[in-house]
Amino acid sequence: MSGLAPEIRNQQQTAARQRSPLARFFAADNRYLPPAFITLILLVSQLSFGLLESLSRTLLAIAVSMGCDFALALLIYRKIPNLASAYITGISVGILLRSPEFWPYTLCSVLAIMSKYVLRWRGRHLWNPSNFAISAMLLLTPEYVATLSVQWGNTIWPMLIVWALGVLIVLRVKRFHITATYVVSFVVLAWIRTFFTGHPFLAEVAPITGPMYQLFIFFMITDPRTTVKPRWAQCLVALLVAVVEMILRLFENVHAPYYALAIVGPIANAVEIAITTRKRTPVPERLAVA
Amino acid sequence: MQRNWIRAVIAVIFVGLLAVPLIYKRVLSARHSADLAQSRSAALERYGFAFQEVSKAVGINFIHKAPTLDPKLKHIMEQVASMGAAVSVVDFDRDGWDDLYVANSGEGSRNALYRNLGNGTFEDVADRVGLADVNKPGTGVSMGAVWGDYDNDGYEDVLIYKWGKPELYHNDGGKHFTRVTEQAGLPSWVNANTAIWFDYDRDGKLDLFLGGYYPENIDLWHLTTTKMMPESFEYAQNGGRKYLFHNLGNGHFEEVSQQLGIDSRRWSLAAVAADLRGTGYPDLFIANDYGVSELYFNEGGKHFREVGKETGVGYAPKSGMTASVGDILNQGRYDIFVSNISEEGVLVQGNNLWVPEPGTSGNSIKYENMANAMGVELGGWSFGTQFGDLNNDGYLDIYEVNGNVSLDQDQSYWYDYSKVAGGNKAIISDAANWPSLRGRSLSGYQQKRVWINDGAGQFREVSQLVGVTDRFDGRAVVLGDFSNNGALDAVTANQRGPVLFYRNQVTPRNHWIEFALTGRESNRSAIGAEVRLFWNGQEQLQEVSGGSGFCGQNMRRLHFGVGTSTAVDRAEIRWPSGRVQIVNSPRLNMIHKIEEPE
Repeated sequence: MSGLAPEIRNQQQTAARQRSPLARFFAADNRYLPPAFITLILLVSQLSFGLLESLSRTLLAIAVSMGCDFALALLIYRKIPNLASAYITGISVGILLRSPEFWPYTLCSVLAIMSKYVLRWRGRHLWNPSNFAISAMLLLTPEYVATLSVQWGNTIWPMLIVWALGVLIVLRVKRFHITATYVVSFVVLAWIRTFFTGHPFLAEVAPITGPMYQLFIFFMITDPRTTVKPRWAQCLVALLVAVVEMILRLFENVHAPYYALAIVGPIANAVEIAITTRKRTPVPERLAVA
Repeated sequence: MQRNWIRAVIAVIFVGLLAVPLIYKRVLSARHSADLAQSRSAALERYGFAFQEVSKAVGINFIHKAPTLDPKLKHIMEQVASMGAAVSVVDFDRDGWDDLYVANSGEGSRNALYRNLGNGTFEDVADRVGLADVNKPGTGVSMGAVWGDYDNDGYEDVLIYKWGKPELYHNDGGKHFTRVTEQAGLPSWVNANTAIWFDYDRDGKLDLFLGGYYPENIDLWHLTTTKMMPESFEYAQNGGRKYLFHNLGNGHFEEVSQQLGIDSRRWSLAAVAADLRGTGYPDLFIANDYGVSELYFNEGGKHFREVGKETGVGYAPKSGMTASVGDILNQGRYDIFVSNISEEGVLVQGNNLWVPEPGTSGNSIKYENMANAMGVELGGWSFGTQFGDLNNDGYLDIYEVNGNVSLDQDQSYWYDYSKVAGGNKAIISDAANWPSLRGRSLSGYQQKRVWINDGAGQFREVSQLVGVTDRFDGRAVVLGDFSNNGALDAVTANQRGPVLFYRNQVTPRNHWIEFALTGRESNRSAIGAEVRLFWNGQEQLQEVSGGSGFCGQNMRRLHFGVGTSTAVDRAEIRWPSGRVQIVNSPRLNMIHKIEEPE
């Protein structure tokens, strides 16, 4: 953007201003589109099916996430952050985590936000915050927490609507290729798994029909902050997540998708950071380091 | 520099937070180990009671057999055929000693009626009285039995509900039972897992509620389709229908469920009736598997209105396995306990303890789930649960049995189960899509829960400390004073396992009182009668129940502990007929036999 001529930049800004409010809302650069969509899912699912453990627990997770992000950004960067991503983290924790207790929602939200500030390398955080925190909770406190396992009611329509809306949103934010790669990989690998397990194909593919997966594929693996940059690499990472998930599934790991992303995601990010840094570093300097 | 320092502090806090759960668990584990080291006498001293499992010594040698259903279900047989162990308490021969009726579920297997000989031992008389051979091939198998004197002749009759043909037996003077199913007009086939007797219209004749689990058009031994599983793990409404049989008084019953507003196809596992609003009419609570519970307000015996969402109990869908009512805080009103499934790291539904919200009552009553706050949330794959004052301290305690399918202890079916459980209707509802169990356990070998009530809103789990140490797949639990000594013993029926008899020893410091009620204008069993006991500033409400828990029925007598108090102010009895009787200063440590006044 900064390299454009001022008149072109002005034209673009004017064009953006001239767009209708609806068009502006659905624009690819609207960072409030995913939060709005996930809120819609939350409200519809809660009002129609009672999907949540309880609304108060989800609100707690959202409040803690946003509060924690606000405090840490102020403390470390001395600036007020945009809380859209913290909102998504909180709402993801509030939906995906299941526990009769309140404290896991607090702890999970705090861990998620803190991971953004602590688990960093060369200016980027490595893990998707909610993926890291939920994985940590499942590993550390299995007595008290589980993850979302219910369906969208007992008919196929709510699922189809969420799929359709989800696809629309990831298309708008230009991340559809990630979702599509993962879904295709999952289905193909589910078929391959049947040869190992001897189970019906429908049993192997069943998990992807649930809400947990829809949140996973629309919000977690597509998170712009924790995915690699080139499109081909994003597809490769999505494929690798599905492959690692399949391996974990063959070992009967109930939380395979979370752990797969928690393993593949940061490795991919670290590799990209290393390569990018190497490219940016002038050759003589690299030689000197070597 | 300062920013780096802040970052370092935040990193330390972050690592600390990750370590908190591990430290917390270590501390808890150390404390628990120290507790376990205590002796039985120390437990008696500390908690006021201790159990000892004595089934063999008292003459109860019963091993439950599970059914073998259609071969199309062979790959998940143990999971599907995972219910049927049941037990109920009755004094069938009116000799003053409570007996036990135990259900079996293998094709051709025999049920048992353990007659209490009054000397601490039991004798199986089911064959002699005609209640043993009730699982003949082709008629289905027993899931449970509930007792009630439907013809008011003074002897308790029995309904045996089955995955199959429900059977009603008339008690002929405590000597023999005669099958009267056809005369009664019961349906030819119901895959039922719950039934209760209650007089919903207060006409003095016991009516019958029967709740279906699998749809009634399914013969589990001759399946025409494998699409007979629940359509959802949490929202299923393709289960069996409900029946409400109105007692016409001549040995005949009329089915009136839809006419009176009970029209549900949720997968019922338990029901309990109690006057939750003080209207005099018993309301009906149904705990459903694969979905929300249902609460039906009884509108003057003329209609039932479902108010689950309105009252707060029918919102969050879980796997309801049991339903029982008890006044846990001595407030003079009922709380409702529903057990659910909790499996470490996979599914943490948590039990529900529905307590009336302060300031709500009558038609506007609202319930709040206090299971977490009161410490009774995490049980396991829980089934039967009953309230009873186990240590006679004046507060109702909770006994819960757990464990689903115990096969290979080292291998779990949970991963495969969770795969289909989260799937869409088209997948989950077809048994052919369910992965094979292959000898693996599904929440097996679980410890039971005995929660003692401190009276101030907190329960403490003491099962291992008071002698409840078995790991069988518990289904039904019933409480009864089988020695007439004021101590509630516990009997548990276990799937593919033995019936266990836990004899209770209670500290003599605490006192008790029991009421054996007989109706006159009300039904003879006095089911639905309430006793409100007042002592030392306390008030506790109990009702005579026609079935509670999961496939169980406690002793008919009402048992109250009063702690160290040496006197009781009064007992207020409200009979189902509406008559109120006051018994002033009843003596402690004895059974009061009271007949409804003319």
